[in-house]
Amino acid sequence: MDLSYGKEYEEFRVELRSFLESSWPPKGDAAELPKAEGAKRFRQQAIERGYLYRSVPKQYGGSEQEPDAVRGQIIREEFSRAHAPMEMRGIGMMMLVPTLLERGEEWQKQKFIPGTMSGDIVWCQGYSEPGSGSDLASLQTRAELTGDEWLINGQKIWTTGAQRAQWMFCLCRTEPEEPKHGGISYLLIPMDQDGIEVIPLKQMNGGADFNQVFLTDARTPADHIVGKRGEGWSVSRTTLKHERNSIGAAAQAVMMFEGLVRFAQQAKRDGRPVIEDPLIRERLLSLEGYVRAHEYSGMRQFTKNAKGEDPGVITLMNKINSTNIGHMVSKLALDIMGDDGMLDPVPRDEMGTIPSGSRMWLSQYMYSLGIATAGGTANIQKNVIGERGYGLPRDYYANRSSGK
Amino acid sequence: MNFDISEEQELLQETIRQYVDNECPATRIRELFDSGEGWDPTFWKGLVEMGVAGLVVPEEYGGAGLELLDLALACETLGYGGAPGPFFGHSLACLALMLGGSEAQKKKWLPRLAVGEALGSVALCEEGGAWQPEAWHSGVDDSTGAAALGEARSTWESEGQDIASAALSGTRPFVPHASRADLIVVGTAGPGLALVEREGAGVECEAYAGVDRVRPLDTLTLKGAGCEVLPGGAEAAPRLRDAGLILLAADAFGSGRRLVDMCVEYAKQREQFGVTIGHFQALKHQLVSMAVEMEPGRGLFWYAAHAFDHIQDEAPRTAALAKAHICDRAMQVSRDAVEAHGGIGFTWECDVQLWFKRVMFDRTFLGRPALHRERAAQMAGW
Repeated sequence: MDLSYGKEYEEFRVELRSFLESSWPPKGDAAELPKAEGAKRFRQQAIERGYLYRSVPKQYGGSEQEPDAVRGQIIREEFSRAHAPMEMRGIGMMMLVPTLLERGEEWQKQKFIPGTMSGDIVWCQGYSEPGSGSDLASLQTRAELTGDEWLINGQKIWTTGAQRAQWMFCLCRTEPEEPKHGGISYLLIPMDQDGIEVIPLKQMNGGADFNQVFLTDARTPADHIVGKRGEGWSVSRTTLKHERNSIGAAAQAVMMFEGLVRFAQQAKRDGRPVIEDPLIRERLLSLEGYVRAHEYSGMRQFTKNAKGEDPGVITLMNKINSTNIGHMVSKLALDIMGDDGMLDPVPRDEMGTIPSGSRMWLSQYMYSLGIATAGGTANIQKNVIGERGYGLPRDYYANRSSGK
Repeated sequence: MNFDISEEQELLQETIRQYVDNECPATRIRELFDSGEGWDPTFWKGLVEMGVAGLVVPEEYGGAGLELLDLALACETLGYGGAPGPFFGHSLACLALMLGGSEAQKKKWLPRLAVGEALGSVALCEEGGAWQPEAWHSGVDDSTGAAALGEARSTWESEGQDIASAALSGTRPFVPHASRADLIVVGTAGPGLALVEREGAGVECEAYAGVDRVRPLDTLTLKGAGCEVLPGGAEAAPRLRDAGLILLAADAFGSGRRLVDMCVEYAKQREQFGVTIGHFQALKHQLVSMAVEMEPGRGLFWYAAHAFDHIQDEAPRTAALAKAHICDRAMQVSRDAVEAHGGIGFTWECDVQLWFKRVMFDRTFLGRPALHRERAAQMAGW
């Protein structure tokens, strides 16, 4: 147990700091550029130094560094400290680029990776369907090869960012005769076409992060398939040994908790800070137990990953732990705010603006439920933990063969 | 950054685990439970021979010179194994001497404690549930001159003279295996900690009907009993409490994990409706919820122990948080474990009760979770 980073890494940190001091915020001519342009130029410099896109080969615009989780963590710490632009976020960087690197054709890598890294290409993920949520492999969106094009018909739902995306990576049923998982292909579909209609889904908290996507004779060229026909399921499960950010995930829970403590210190009841209420204190500290346990679990996983060792069953629990903490934070915030708990977090005149004060926590009270379901419900997470983590038998009634 | 235990530490846990598995399987724990004896000298002797009695005692006094994290890892493994014996109280007695003892006191006791020649324990609670040093009000007897002790204390500090004798009276409940101990470190208002020899005049023990029958407790009655004050006792007492909290958290973590494992094993064996009950999602999810409650606690007690050893400013608060959180999680898991076993889980014959009761000890000893949460709130300035 040693929580310092050691000499070699601290030297790396010094080098990184001096780069950041000289490059961000932009100096000289670059300072005059529009913000987005300045950020783009800065990212390019950071890539040349090997600080960003470390797992992406140089030929596609990455910096192609040896995997080193500790360097990755130091870079995140220092960039965040300097408020410097990090790698582009989003589903394209998170999911598509690693998948293309592992399974894509050479031309696909060249065509899509550099643009995704620069933010010029924005992606959405066409997985869930109205009838295929937890049981994703039962999906029914059909793609048929007609001449040199795929003709796609069906409906996707919960598609984050579809209204802004130029491309969708999409799971479609292309081999209806094959069994369930074997009949799916992974297609890349341009969003700007007549065959695609995007309709936002308004959420209970007033926001609209997700969409429905209707595909009616939508088209994409025949070669816009990743992997072979019928390999889509395994392609969608491709993971890369990149620098996993297990500390960052827990850091969000810590920040949310610290925000909640400040809220309890500022909120007043009978003229006194709410944090003086013994019941609120007990619950805050009870919650902090979960938050710190999650935080240190993240540090332990980080260490194990950096050493190339398996952290064990805890890796399967991260999502459910974050979700549980989100629920506890939300419920406690409602009790801290008292009568504001009847406020509508949705502004009446305009949808989607970010609420402040009690309104922010009210929105979180609802949004935490959306997060809980995104990427797999708690019940599905529990199946995964029980089956993969503890060797319990698979679901008795689960139908794993039919495409219906 | 290396937030992980070392290979040596893993080996320490593995060695203890194998010893407990071989020498003290659940059938043996049950014998001790049923006999009311709660004491297995042969098992303890084996642990002593492995060096476990002196894990944290510095090498110059014949111990292994390890840290609190190592001690906590040993506690986790002993908790997982449901091991009987005086490890917890004995280790705290060693720590008390190391943290607050004079050179002469260390020389006299640590080498004997380290090799198990003498058995140590701690009396850290006053009547009325006063577990925290800040709440102790019973000092040394007036007849022996509390004021004179104050003078003596400054003499020790200036001249290095180290032993001052006094007398103690009053009742100290919840002293682990006091009747078998040679040396008891007694929490005392003012000087903090004082050494009492079990065989001395005016020292009486009476067994307490404790729920965890393999870690028996006694009520200690002192009637003008001779004692030696630890010169650094006032500073050592809160540190000793923090160490105790961390060790209890580690023990409860081990116990909670054992209960999860027992339930998972049972779900893979027990059949109903023609299949093993682990097939049923209702039970599978209950078992996973138990595991999810327990498993993240590992980092929490590791961090608290590491802080005790290396980041002392953070130690008191993280120790309080770890004890409160892990013991409460283990309590819930122990109740769920009874349910997960169905009717058999409620019987005396089912092994669940052995760990269920171990958790009850860990949760209450040194103060209930709510008390430590409130302490943590105050320490944060909230």
